[in-house]
Amino acid sequence: MQQLQQDIIVVGGGGAGLRAAIAAAETSPTLQVALLSKVYPMRSHTVAAEGGAAAVTLEQDSLAAHFQDTVSGSDWLAEQDVVEYFVKHAYQELVQLERWGCPWSRKADGSIQVRRFGGMKTERTWFAADKTGFHILHTLFQTSLKYPTITRFDEYFVIDLLVVEQQIAGVLAICFSTGELVQILGKAVILATGGAGRVFHYNTNGGIVTGDGMALAYRHGVALRDMEFVQYHPTGLPGSGILITEACRGEGGILLNKDGYRYLQDYGLGPETPAGQPKNKYMELGPRDKLSQAFWQQQQRGLTADYHGHAVVYLDLRHLGEAHLASRLPFICELAKSYVNIDPATAPIPIRPAVHYTMGGILTDINCQTSISGLFAVGECASVGLHGANRLGSNSLSELLVFGKVAGEQAAARVQKMSLAPVSAVAAQCQHQQTYISSLFADSCDDTVHAIRTELTLAMEQGCGIYRDNAGLQTCLSTLQALKIRYQQLKVTDNSKAYNSALLQHLELGFGLDVADTICRSALARTESRGAHQRLDEGMTQRNDSDFLKHSLAICQPDGTAAISWQSVTITSLPPAERHYGAKGSGSAGSSV
Amino acid sequence: MSKTINIARYNPQTDSRPQLQAFQVESDNSTSVLDALLQVQQQDPSLGFRWSCRMAICGSCGVMVNGIPKLGCKTFLRDYPDELTVSALAHFNVEKDLIVDMQPFLTHLAAVKPYLINDDQSSQPHRQTPAQLAKYQQFANCINCGLCYSACPQFGLNPEFLGPAAITLAQRYNLDSRDAGKTARMPELNSKNGVWGCTFVGFCSEVCPKKVDPAAAVNQGKVASAGDFIISMFKP
Ligand SMILES: Cc1cc2nc3c(=O)[nH]c(=O)nc-3n(C[C@H](O)[C@H](O)[C@H](O)COP(=O)(O)OP(=O)(O)OC[C@H]3O[C@@H](n4cnc5c(N)ncnc54)[C@H](O)[C@@H]3O)c2cc1C
Ligand code: FES
Repeated sequence: MQQLQQDIIVVGGGGAGLRAAIAAAETSPTLQVALLSKVYPMRSHTVAAEGGAAAVTLEQDSLAAHFQDTVSGSDWLAEQDVVEYFVKHAYQELVQLERWGCPWSRKADGSIQVRRFGGMKTERTWFAADKTGFHILHTLFQTSLKYPTITRFDEYFVIDLLVVEQQIAGVLAICFSTGELVQILGKAVILATGGAGRVFHYNTNGGIVTGDGMALAYRHGVALRDMEFVQYHPTGLPGSGILITEACRGEGGILLNKDGYRYLQDYGLGPETPAGQPKNKYMELGPRDKLSQAFWQQQQRGLTADYHGHAVVYLDLRHLGEAHLASRLPFICELAKSYVNIDPATAPIPIRPAVHYTMGGILTDINCQTSISGLFAVGECASVGLHGANRLGSNSLSELLVFGKVAGEQAAARVQKMSLAPVSAVAAQCQHQQTYISSLFADSCDDTVHAIRTELTLAMEQGCGIYRDNAGLQTCLSTLQALKIRYQQLKVTDNSKAYNSALLQHLELGFGLDVADTICRSALARTESRGAHQRLDEGMTQRNDSDFLKHSLAICQPDGTAAISWQSVTITSLPPAERHYGAKGSGSAGSSV
Repeated sequence: MSKTINIARYNPQTDSRPQLQAFQVESDNSTSVLDALLQVQQQDPSLGFRWSCRMAICGSCGVMVNGIPKLGCKTFLRDYPDELTVSALAHFNVEKDLIVDMQPFLTHLAAVKPYLINDDQSSQPHRQTPAQLAKYQQFANCINCGLCYSACPQFGLNPEFLGPAAITLAQRYNLDSRDAGKTARMPELNSKNGVWGCTFVGFCSEVCPKKVDPAAAVNQGKVASAGDFIISMFKP
């Protein structure tokens, strides 16, 4: 087994991982920073983000307003000290990206242009055409090439963390091109492995978004927090789940049911705003959870249309005009033409909700530190406490930057005074993994990764979807248990060394099964409705602050299943109030304080 | 309906060169080549190919479809007759099945110093008008898929040639009103493996899935490089 030594190991080459690696390299030019990623960094799913990144920018805006929108959007489950830190540092981070070359969209005078985004009271979302994530990722990747101390390990797949007496000691990875196991010792490890959307059937995520990092930390006893909160995006393409950005609605797009009716007004988001004149927090610019729930209600009432066997509603952009669409939403036009064969200038786009974002993740403190000393987590894989029960669109790209920097700096500060663990301390763990991997191969196997994965994602869609109830969750849980047993018998039948994707998919499925278990059990335990977690059972359809104004923590048991416990929420200045949108929102405490 | 997809298979442990293997796939109006490959992988899990976003933005899934470089996720079976052939991107070393060695491509990208070079230290954003942004914006849309390298006969002959994407990236920064790094980038562009390696076939721009037009960038690079040369003649 190859053995390497580094100071800081960053796992993940998306926005969070790259920002952390650059911060670490900038903090101290003497530190060796390893950047591992299972795909080339610019393939990471940050690349797919379209809409934008939030920061208080305009004079009429304020940090207090961004704070309030985030906390009320989270249905009061955000850590308020974390939100305060975040809103205060977001602007400077977006400027930093500008200084590194990000091609942000501009106003005529050359200053930064900001746009509206769902759930935000005012315009504060920076964007780079409709390819914001793409430009952020490429800017960070290209900038990272400036730092000679960052060594990339592209297409290295991390299979385990090396932990010695509750201190991080490094990682164990498979080099995809050779199939060899590589042990990398380090004094700090930053997990930036992204979300877990692929455990659901309909999702907007890329194929690599399989929850690996969450499972890696969880298996070593780190709690996964708030896993029941999974955000559906109201506008994915039917079938593929490809995202049609919220910016379409920010620009003035409207949602119609099969009768051409703007149904959102029936679900507390009205009164109807004129087409093409969007108003923050009203109608189409209400928060995502409310919009996805409205779809479900329409579906129950038979008011959705059918598109090749998928229930859909329509996103209508026609009134915006061809020229405006081409300049402001070119990528969306391209996607609609390619994947549903529709020109948005002449026809409405069929869309349906799809899983988009995992609010929960690896529990960290405000410094991105986990309960294992020297192990940090950041980005979508982490739960630093920004999103609570529901993330506001455009907060997460800013989160990658703000907390990516924190993680990189914190890791750098820590390693100055540390030495590496001796190889002997991790030898047994590495040997164990080597034996495990060898045991996975066989000439034949009746079951397949594909079969188990399909059943997993369908079970999650059924049991842990937009609305949940006890019976559905219990069914889901027993399916998951059965799948785990099948997984233990599953073998890899491709025994080639180089580029063995069958092996990696096998391991990803194992990670996904663990993460799914934590989602389902957390959802069962939260017998109230809050944010993205909506229960249909009697007595559970409302938010219940006296019992559930707290985070769930899923902790791995010796049998591999999750036990759920609870953690209090940090509330600094905004006491819980009702979340209101549409006309109701204008006078309520939740949105006007 | 069912279509036949012939895939160039190659396992470095057992094969001396790639060989075609035929598979049947189900295809409807929205089935992409990537969807078809995923179907094949269910029949044969050992099939190797790269993909992730399935929405033509991550740049992972470049392959040759009937000999033309394409993004698998943005190429649809509806546009082909009953049979098509998929092989690994040309001009790169094949590692396994449809997976090629992208390292030379990444090395070329890094060689052009693809980041803003300037020494102002302000903590405020630069001003950049929409017109200034428009000068380089198209060149900033490259997704690093490598199709243009498979289309480029020069890169096929000389793997040291910087190639369309890297030259485009250099142009992207050279044209950025916030950048002052052109002099640092020009030596690489002026070298024998730089812009002058291009014989202007223009196929790179034809295959680009994002309409980045690398041929235009290379051409602009030649003008800049010629300017450099003329200036150097007049210098003592
Ligand atoms: C379609 C779409 C649109 C979005 N639009 C917006 C938007 O407009 N605004 C906004 O704020 N947010 C948006 N989001 C959310 C946001 O883009 C993501 O939350 C964010 O980009 C995640 O970044 P990340 O760095 O945490 O992870 P990712 O970018 O997903 O990167 C994860 C990295 O981890 C690596 N990795 C994973 N597992 C392993 C392993 N086992 N070994 C080695 N490496 C591993 C991967 O290779 C990858 O490099 C959007 C999300 C989607 C899906
Ligand atoms: S899979 Fe990302 S570009 Fe095709």
